[in-house]
Amino acid sequence: MAAETLLKSNKQIKYTSYRNILYHRFFVGLLLFIVLSLVFTVLFNVFTGSSPRTDFHEPVNLDPSSVPVLQLRRDLPKSQSRLSNCTYWECFNVYRCGRGGHDKITIYIYPLKDYQTENRRPISQFSKEFYIILDTIRHSKYYTPNPEEACILVPSIDTLNQNSFSSEYVGRALQALQYWNNGENHLIFNMLPGKAPNYDSVVTLNTGKAIIAGGGFDTWSFRYGFDVSIPVYSHIAEKIESSQPKQKNYMIISTQLNIPQNYLEQLQNIASSSNDLLLLDQCKSESSGIDYTKRCEYTTGRIFNYPEIMKEGMFCLVIRSARLTQAVLMDILASQCIPIVVADSVVMPFNSHVDWNKLSLSLPEDNVKNLLKIVHSVSNERRGELYWQLRWAYDRYFASIEKITLTTLEIINENLFPLAARMYEDWNMPEHLYGPVNPLFLPVTAAKAPGFTAVILTYDRVDSLFALVRKLVRTPSLAKILVVWNNQRKQPPPSSEWPVTNKPLKIIRTKENKLSNRFFPYDEIDTECQLTIDDDIIMLTPDELEFGFDVWREFPDRIVGFPSRLHVWDNTTNSWRYHSEWTNQISMVLTGAAFHHKIWSWYYTHKMPAEIRRWVDDNFNCEDIAMNFLVANVTRKPPIKVTPRKKFKCPECTNTEMLSADARHMSQRSACVDRFAKIYGHMALKPVEFRADPLQYRETSSGIPHVYPDIGAL
Amino acid sequence: MNFTAVSQCIFIIHFYEMQAKKRYIILIATCIILLYGFYTVLNFKSELVQRSRRDQLPTFASFEDLSEAPSLLQRQPRSTSKPCRMETCFDFTKCGDDPKIYVYPTEGPVSASYRKVLSVIRESRYATRDPNEACLYIPAVDTLDADPLSPEHVPDVASRLSRLPYWKNGRNHLIFNLYAGTWPDYAENALGFDPGDAILARASASETVFREGFDISLPLFHKEHPEKGGQPPSATANTFPAPRKHLLAFKGKRYVHGIGSETRNSLWHLHDGNNLILVTTCRHGKSWKDLRDERCDEDNREYDKFDYEQLLSNSTFCLVARGRRLGSYRFLEALAAGCVPVLLSNGWRLPFDERIDWRRAVIWADERLLLQVPELVRSVSPERVLALRQQTQLLWEQYFSSIEKIVFTTIEIILERISAHRTSRQREALIWNASPGALGTLVCYGDSRAHLPLGVAAPPAPRAPQAPPSPLPAPSVPLTAPPPTSSGTYTALLYVQATSPALHKLLANIANSEFCEKIVLVWDSERAAPSLKSLSRVAGDTREPLPVLVIDATTHYPGEGVSARWKPLWAVPTAAVFSLDGDAPLLAEELDFAFKVWQNFPERIVGYPARSHFWDEAKGAWGYSSKWGGAYSMVLPGAALVHRATLALYEASAPALRHAVRRARNCEDILLNCLVAHLTRRPPLKLAQRRRYKAAHHRYKSPWSDPEHFVQRQSCLNTFATAWGYMPLMRSVLRLDPILFKDPVSTLRKKYRKMELVAS
Repeated sequence: MAAETLLKSNKQIKYTSYRNILYHRFFVGLLLFIVLSLVFTVLFNVFTGSSPRTDFHEPVNLDPSSVPVLQLRRDLPKSQSRLSNCTYWECFNVYRCGRGGHDKITIYIYPLKDYQTENRRPISQFSKEFYIILDTIRHSKYYTPNPEEACILVPSIDTLNQNSFSSEYVGRALQALQYWNNGENHLIFNMLPGKAPNYDSVVTLNTGKAIIAGGGFDTWSFRYGFDVSIPVYSHIAEKIESSQPKQKNYMIISTQLNIPQNYLEQLQNIASSSNDLLLLDQCKSESSGIDYTKRCEYTTGRIFNYPEIMKEGMFCLVIRSARLTQAVLMDILASQCIPIVVADSVVMPFNSHVDWNKLSLSLPEDNVKNLLKIVHSVSNERRGELYWQLRWAYDRYFASIEKITLTTLEIINENLFPLAARMYEDWNMPEHLYGPVNPLFLPVTAAKAPGFTAVILTYDRVDSLFALVRKLVRTPSLAKILVVWNNQRKQPPPSSEWPVTNKPLKIIRTKENKLSNRFFPYDEIDTECQLTIDDDIIMLTPDELEFGFDVWREFPDRIVGFPSRLHVWDNTTNSWRYHSEWTNQISMVLTGAAFHHKIWSWYYTHKMPAEIRRWVDDNFNCEDIAMNFLVANVTRKPPIKVTPRKKFKCPECTNTEMLSADARHMSQRSACVDRFAKIYGHMALKPVEFRADPLQYRETSSGIPHVYPDIGAL
Repeated sequence: MNFTAVSQCIFIIHFYEMQAKKRYIILIATCIILLYGFYTVLNFKSELVQRSRRDQLPTFASFEDLSEAPSLLQRQPRSTSKPCRMETCFDFTKCGDDPKIYVYPTEGPVSASYRKVLSVIRESRYATRDPNEACLYIPAVDTLDADPLSPEHVPDVASRLSRLPYWKNGRNHLIFNLYAGTWPDYAENALGFDPGDAILARASASETVFREGFDISLPLFHKEHPEKGGQPPSATANTFPAPRKHLLAFKGKRYVHGIGSETRNSLWHLHDGNNLILVTTCRHGKSWKDLRDERCDEDNREYDKFDYEQLLSNSTFCLVARGRRLGSYRFLEALAAGCVPVLLSNGWRLPFDERIDWRRAVIWADERLLLQVPELVRSVSPERVLALRQQTQLLWEQYFSSIEKIVFTTIEIILERISAHRTSRQREALIWNASPGALGTLVCYGDSRAHLPLGVAAPPAPRAPQAPPSPLPAPSVPLTAPPPTSSGTYTALLYVQATSPALHKLLANIANSEFCEKIVLVWDSERAAPSLKSLSRVAGDTREPLPVLVIDATTHYPGEGVSARWKPLWAVPTAAVFSLDGDAPLLAEELDFAFKVWQNFPERIVGYPARSHFWDEAKGAWGYSSKWGGAYSMVLPGAALVHRATLALYEASAPALRHAVRRARNCEDILLNCLVAHLTRRPPLKLAQRRRYKAAHHRYKSPWSDPEHFVQRQSCLNTFATAWGYMPLMRSVLRLDPILFKDPVSTLRKKYRKMELVAS
């Protein structure tokens, strides 16, 4: 025995020492490798440092403190003036794009340079906002450090404010850019265009074919589908919190300081005759400077704090002034005060994608006198819609320079890759208010001719399955039977044993015994409508199935089925409960026998919260409840129950002898209802008090034969 | 001994091994941690430095810059005159609350298409005969075809336009144009006349000539395009994933010379005969044989293999490439066939793109990237294809299937601009792009989706904080009260021609109903109207008495007859309107059940008396039947719930239809059914078993027992079908019953017990 042990341990020694050596060698090798590669990299860098490789690109350095100075001489050529009729099709070079994949643009930023005039004066002031714009692009998914593969190029010269750069020199600097090429595929940012006295609505700069992301466009200067209209950023807005007072104390507030004289007079007239308009101006203080955190009422001089006062207003005015768009618009949006925009022919920020009709009222300039009348005619429902939209849209698109920049890039991206574009609902309909989009929105009665496909989920109850198949094929509109064989351990019976049918029958063997297999969108289902049916539901007559299909045709986006259930709120446990008694209401139909559109199977497999699908497969239960939740949540419509209650061998009572198991099953289903409601964040199911019957159901025949005679016998 | 030594040895080795392993691991781990720490500190430091630098930077604009007021300096005059916009070229002052359109009397030659356009407008509710009342003018000068080489071309348009009495350089005029320019360059601006300030509704408009927000882009339609009605959507099957045979199809001419040839000439590169069918022919015009190139014969051979119509209905995507002009007929043809258009027409403004969101229905390709088109269409997900195809059908049906729809859409866009200008109110974007569409929604009715029967209403937006009660003097012009939203109650709108015991019974039942908020009783009888202010409830009911408003139709709406029954909508405070005949024998339970069901289907007519229509082969006309077999197509609003917005739309239906009803003093219920079916494309809903909806024993002779009455209804049905250009009614085979209706359970369990006793 000892010898045996010895032998064993000897073996072990050999083995362990061998392992030991292996470890040793491995780690020494690793260490050596790391050291060597470090040395190699250092050496490589040292020797090649003088000549940087051309295929490697350093991301742009945005540190404004250490940039090379570049002096622009007066005799440098100027860039060409802006082409006012540019379109995406003519001025934009698409061949540069598409290298970042077919749904993403690539953007290059020119290296920062300190451009100076001959007298060593900077040609433009580099501002914090412009720095953030560049920094956002630099860290966005669109950025590329390689100018050769860039689709859009952004000059790093600050042109945000017309007052703080020299158009003449910036034009020269643009022309001097390496890839300028008359501005093709370049993007210029600007927020305050135009100078006194004309205040052009587009930046006064020779930009050639460059795209301009600008504030204050009018419909003449804006090149549709090419330029992007952006808001004028306000740093006050960023500090306004989302909290709201319980009560808005003023109907309309005007806090703008630069209202043109003629409109101001009209507003003063309104304010003097009505309490609905609070007209505020700057406070006349002795000190020379204006206090921008205070506003005073015109007539009484009452002092209000700005911007806090705006939260007290239901509507806030923003009026065109020197420029068409005003920074105060952002303050108004952030304060959740509905803006009334008075600016004829303005192009609102992000107008191509953001629907301003859902965010504001627009008032024509010559209608300012009717301000009160128009505000009063806005219904409470519209006010509610606008009010809830404001902060949501503000937070998504306008809340900071980063968001403004990213929204701009996204709009350009969508113009270039329309297939990657998000739909109107994604841009403008907050899902928490309006719910998801119904994929079946065309109002139609589905055609009868294609019929429906019966999908039978079965495990091993062959007799009952065959009985069901024999029964099903007598339904005229049945197009095909699909047997989903969920038993991996047993072969389905050979084709010779199957009942002879005049309809195609196909067997699908699954890889795993999962309940969700019944809702897989099999390619074999080539009709719109599928009937999911349990292999033991043999009590439905062909008339009943045919009628069920006819009902589904009229409500093709709903689940139409036979056995129904209800959810109820249990006050004692504070949770949702599942109810299967005789009730006057229903909110679910069981998919033991139900028609639904194939798209819902696809939704079930690909779009339903994964948590629910996992729960269903883990617990081997509640797949029908999950389906009812899914459809009700997307369509916001209840299911339809067909014909009176039958003695269904209900799925809940598969084990009638074991009452305890039955009770457990029921409590599990209650738990499902409660859990799914929590996952969706609300109770998606809706109870209804009606069911669908044939027109002549239970009618004493008046000579006219019934269309569905065999219905409703228990 | 030996054994212990060995085991000791093992232990040591073990220990050593452990140590060695650990040592290396610790060493490497420390290295990694150190490196990581070093880089984070470095990063953090650089970020701190960056942030502080960033904060040192000046802001882009000072408060003074941001609140710059218009300068007192004189603005320098502009040299160029700007293209028209509504604010600058349209006179809004001529347009009142109900803007009207004046069509000039026809003089001189007019093509068949333009004649249809004019007649559609003249028969519409927008038309007026008084030019002074009008806000928009439509010249009867045929401007559709400005191509002098075309046989339809009408010469001398410019001078005829300028001779129009109200022309004034085209101000407030609307001009239709389908074809501009001529061979060889097809210049878009070559209209042959100067539109001046007139709004130009034109096909094939390009982005560069289009006056944004002023002009309207039209689709190009055939001469044979139906004036009214039009073919219903043909591809309504929503099979998922789309089972069509081909992925992308194109069959058309290719130009061996001249404008528009580049794209079409290269299409054969993409043709693979199976998935991508892109076939062209050189055969067109007179001289193609002289100009043909080496590919022509091969192209023609492939071309003849495929049938155009078949391709449209068997392909998922259809290429819509520019022809000589930007637009082409195939755009509408593809739309009608449910083939998703893939546009190869750079710069084209799609029809009505001011309001129609084409991203939902088409795919934009780029002529410059022609060879990427196959990849582009392959990358569209099946779910998107499903949505795109449904949208093509929706848009085709709502805006394009007839000349009437195209013209009305043009007019509605202009009217909406006027409304936006006068009242800051326009339809929501989604209303334009979903069912029932803008032609089925009045621009002046409501300003929120909550006011409309939009299938499923959005969850109610939480109330905005209340505005303070206005202490100011009432606004000078009375405001139109905002329409009510669907809430938990309905208004009973009774049409009464005589008092009868049945009426008293009905009133008592309404007072008993759980959800009735108000009764509006339209009294249409020579006798004096009863003075009823409220209805008391039955004993034990603690609710307030039910308010009643009696409106005497003979004084309020003289001569209207039965058309007056839905006129007093101003008195209806709820979205749900229970339209009742004065002698309808409905129980309180039936009223409540109907309302409960209607809440789920606010866009449909939901009620008890059903009727059906059928095609009478012998007479070659539509027949009307009150005996149904297994299906019905009408639910009479003698006892049915309808949305208030639908009734408002009834009042705005075509004048010819309303005249027919007024003349016949009958058929208003059939018209309402046709209208709702036309708008929603859904059948009405019949409830429970009740057949009879007239009290059995009348003291006076009811017009219903009159056979004449029946014949009249038959002829109404045919009048309406002609007016719409098709028969809008749809059939249904189902009725809706309460859940436990006639089920073998104790009646005590049932909520609607008395309903079961109603004889059918």
